[in-house]
Amino acid sequence: MRIKLEKRREPSMAMLVVTPVVSVLVTMLIGIVVFDLLGIDGFKAVTDIFITPLITSYKWQDVAVKAAPLIIIALGLSVANRAQVWNIGAEGQYIVGALCATGVGLAFGTMGGPVVVTLMVAAGVIGGAAWAAVPAGLRTRFSVNEILSSLMLTYVAGHALSYLVGGPWKDPEGRNFPVTAPLVDSQTLPVLGTSTVHLGVLVAVILPFVFWYLMSRSVFGFQVRVVGSAPNAARHGGFDGKQTIWLAMIISGGMAGLAGALEFTGVLHKMDLGFASGYGFTAIIVCFLGRLNPIGCLIAGIVLAVTYVGGQMAQTSVKIPSSTAGIFQAMMLFLILASDILVRYRIKLVKGAVA
Amino acid sequence: MTTISRRTLIKGAGAVAGATLVGAPAFAQDKVKVGFIFLGPIGDFGWTWAHNKGREAVDAALGDKVETVYVENVAEDASAIPVLRDLAQQGCKLIFTCSFGYMDQTLEVAKEFPDVKFEHCTGFKRADNVATYNSRFHEGRAVLGTIAGKMSTTGVLGYLGSFKIPEVVLGVNSFALAAQKQNPAAVVKVVMIDSWFDPPKEAAATETLVNLGCDFVTTHTDSPAPLQILEQKGLFGLCQGADMSAFAPTAHLTAIEDIWGPYYILRAQAIVDGTWTSTDTWDGMVDGTVVISPYSAAVTPEAVAAADEVKAGYMAGTFDIFTGPILDQDGVERVKAGEVMTLEQLAMMDWFVKGVESAS
Amino acid sequence: MSAEFIILAIITIVGLTTPILLAGIGELVVEKAGVLNLGVEGMMLMGAISGFAVTVMTFNPWVGILGAAAGGAAASMLFAVFVLQLNSNQVATGLALTIFGPGLSSLLGVGFTGRIVMPFGSLFPASLAKDPIWQLFFGYSPIVYFALIMVPLTAWFLKSTRAGLILRAVGENDLSAHSIGYSVRKVRYGAIAFGGAMAGIGGAYFSMVITPMWAEEMTAGRGWIALALVVFAGWRMGRLLIGAYFFGILMALELYAKAAGFSFLPSQFWAAMPYVMTVVALTFISARGTAGSNAPACLGKPFLPST
Repeated sequence: MRIKLEKRREPSMAMLVVTPVVSVLVTMLIGIVVFDLLGIDGFKAVTDIFITPLITSYKWQDVAVKAAPLIIIALGLSVANRAQVWNIGAEGQYIVGALCATGVGLAFGTMGGPVVVTLMVAAGVIGGAAWAAVPAGLRTRFSVNEILSSLMLTYVAGHALSYLVGGPWKDPEGRNFPVTAPLVDSQTLPVLGTSTVHLGVLVAVILPFVFWYLMSRSVFGFQVRVVGSAPNAARHGGFDGKQTIWLAMIISGGMAGLAGALEFTGVLHKMDLGFASGYGFTAIIVCFLGRLNPIGCLIAGIVLAVTYVGGQMAQTSVKIPSSTAGIFQAMMLFLILASDILVRYRIKLVKGAVA
Repeated sequence: MTTISRRTLIKGAGAVAGATLVGAPAFAQDKVKVGFIFLGPIGDFGWTWAHNKGREAVDAALGDKVETVYVENVAEDASAIPVLRDLAQQGCKLIFTCSFGYMDQTLEVAKEFPDVKFEHCTGFKRADNVATYNSRFHEGRAVLGTIAGKMSTTGVLGYLGSFKIPEVVLGVNSFALAAQKQNPAAVVKVVMIDSWFDPPKEAAATETLVNLGCDFVTTHTDSPAPLQILEQKGLFGLCQGADMSAFAPTAHLTAIEDIWGPYYILRAQAIVDGTWTSTDTWDGMVDGTVVISPYSAAVTPEAVAAADEVKAGYMAGTFDIFTGPILDQDGVERVKAGEVMTLEQLAMMDWFVKGVESAS
Repeated sequence: MSAEFIILAIITIVGLTTPILLAGIGELVVEKAGVLNLGVEGMMLMGAISGFAVTVMTFNPWVGILGAAAGGAAASMLFAVFVLQLNSNQVATGLALTIFGPGLSSLLGVGFTGRIVMPFGSLFPASLAKDPIWQLFFGYSPIVYFALIMVPLTAWFLKSTRAGLILRAVGENDLSAHSIGYSVRKVRYGAIAFGGAMAGIGGAYFSMVITPMWAEEMTAGRGWIALALVVFAGWRMGRLLIGAYFFGILMALELYAKAAGFSFLPSQFWAAMPYVMTVVALTFISARGTAGSNAPACLGKPFLPST
């Protein structure tokens, strides 16, 4: 007897939905056992990480604020990945988007209002898209691998951030700390009541449905899927591969830039070296957890945000070190990646030794 | 690179929680809960490590009345807000936010919890329930500068810094002024490495300073890497954060130790007694917050005498390195003879004194 | 500028270069086999803690280095199983490894913070490295020589051995390599393990040579520079060596410019230089088309045999 994998003709829809759920459940189970072995109350740790943020009303806003950028970036990346375009420089586009919003905000000085805020956010989208246009141009014109070029540009963006906040944009009132002056209130996004939930969260809730509609109902969505899954057929069908690459990069870059601008205007209100907090990389994980599906990205973004918020809470409630939370997240990701095989393959038990 | 990768994507870090597990809730409830949020992992052997030692000192001193909790690796962005809120909701009566970047987040959460007291380290914004505290690290720097100025044969001293923020600028200036009191021709070469912790870069920067003629290097970054380089080269170093002599027995002359314990104990006690008020505290040597590690055998008797004089001056309140006349890099007099710079002026200092060679 | 000054500067550059060179050699081989492992940073950290821990326990840095290689390779095997056995996406799996590595290494390192080991001393008697000129040749840790030897050795392996030829064939066209009867998976397992071991040794250079100690996340992002380096080199071993030293020189230049008081350009400009140069180099390599390109055709793509 041995196990044989048989490729499915169509990816299994049932598995597509079931496997991520099972992976999260298995992660929780393993967590309980491992934490207990480490001498920590495993059940409490796992409930604090996964459940408490969901059932505690005051934690919802934290989850929402944390999930918003992840979802928005992951949406853009899901389009790119569907077209087999690998933009892993979302972190850089996120930074550049926020920097562009900062630049516009500074240019307006203390002037604010909806128009200025809209311009700031628009600048963010354009900035992110422009930063992603560089790898797109290099790929279409010189066949440069976009994985590598977009990653390199992320570091360039990080150094640009460091230069701007430590140099020309440094807050004159900030006692020389590398940080920009905080935005005036009229330049920030409106928030819900007294919470920290800002307008960007609403954007993150609506956009997945827009993307879902575009990807499943529009010609563009079809084009992306065809170019991604069958490049040769696409060429016969008259779809332009280069155009798809451009669109995929610009959409994913623009989304990352949007997320950056929303995070800046909605949450942080100032730029400093801590801005590059890895959302762009984590969103790649979200995008895969969500199986490149817009609604999946929404759910996956929330799940990851829950583990972040819960992980930090568990540090104080059951005193687990933060490294353990990192291992935990990596384990969940590994499990979901592993379970992907069940979507594409059927597992069969066959008799006999070697096929 | 350091701007992106450390503690970003990577949320890993930490060490096993030193404190006891919450085993007996009924018992624990009688205690006052004190929270800490830390920037780095408690095992960074630098800034966060020192603050965690302070937390452990509270446990040791007030363990029967106070229970401490901490969250490590908290980014200096919006994610600090939920962490703070969480600590407040879990019943912490006093919360220490141990990095400059938590300033606005601390004030924001403090508004929501008027009954909870907050203490922000190295910041300058306060409220009724938000105090600030800092340490006069530069007093220790003056001791180090005295030793280096006395012992250096080249008169060229190296200063390995992180960022050009007031704390580091003060350190550089204090070090340079003290060295110049011993050797008026002393110059201080400064390299800022744009990071608090990057051992290979710290090591390379130390080699660079040595190659440019420095025979003493003092560090304002967190790792013992520079000392280990100096050890290999048979030169001497003066560091900060903790006594690092174990890493470089010969090269390590002395260090400025950050001892937060006394302040943390004092403030936690104030909560227990109900006497807490919002203050701005800059503790120094006399308060036991800035401590000079034991000198190594390599420190010459003359240098010991000169250094002890500075130390005694600070302990007695009769000495301040920032006493005029002080000239800036261009030779312009910034502080008149006899004047002493105020803490407020020091907190905003952004210029280097004469004899400092820096890239900006 | 005296000869001694230049020699000391070169020694600094060697120190900056060696870890990225080591990790770069490993990653180059991995990529030549058609696999993109972004988890270099995670593997370096695993190597750093394994090397340090083994040295502390055995009092023998040579055993420690083996431990570092084993630690890095073990971490890489986690990646390999997912990518090769389960055909998971290489980018996502590599990123998972960069989260996993720092987490696990700091958990393993709990008991080792603040402990010290003897530095990995020189191979040669100290008297030989007294004079600056001699120091230039004999003053380094054995790992430096190991890295320098591995460059021609790996180049020779890839170019002139049968195994190397198969490895490259697998990277160029996995399906045809498979159809001729080579085991694509076995070759890639081997390449990934080698990459992990080299990254592990590169990580150990931090914890055993530069600063014989363990501190969490002590590699400070060098794994990502190693990834850039491989691309910068256009997947050629000779250029990898040149590129590593070019990166090292840029890093040292930044420090020298600052220490000497030069400030004509912001330091971030220098720090961003390696990445800009990598994109430029990548463009030149790619623009020459497939004939001149050395990029493995199957890089990053899953191996999906029809049978």
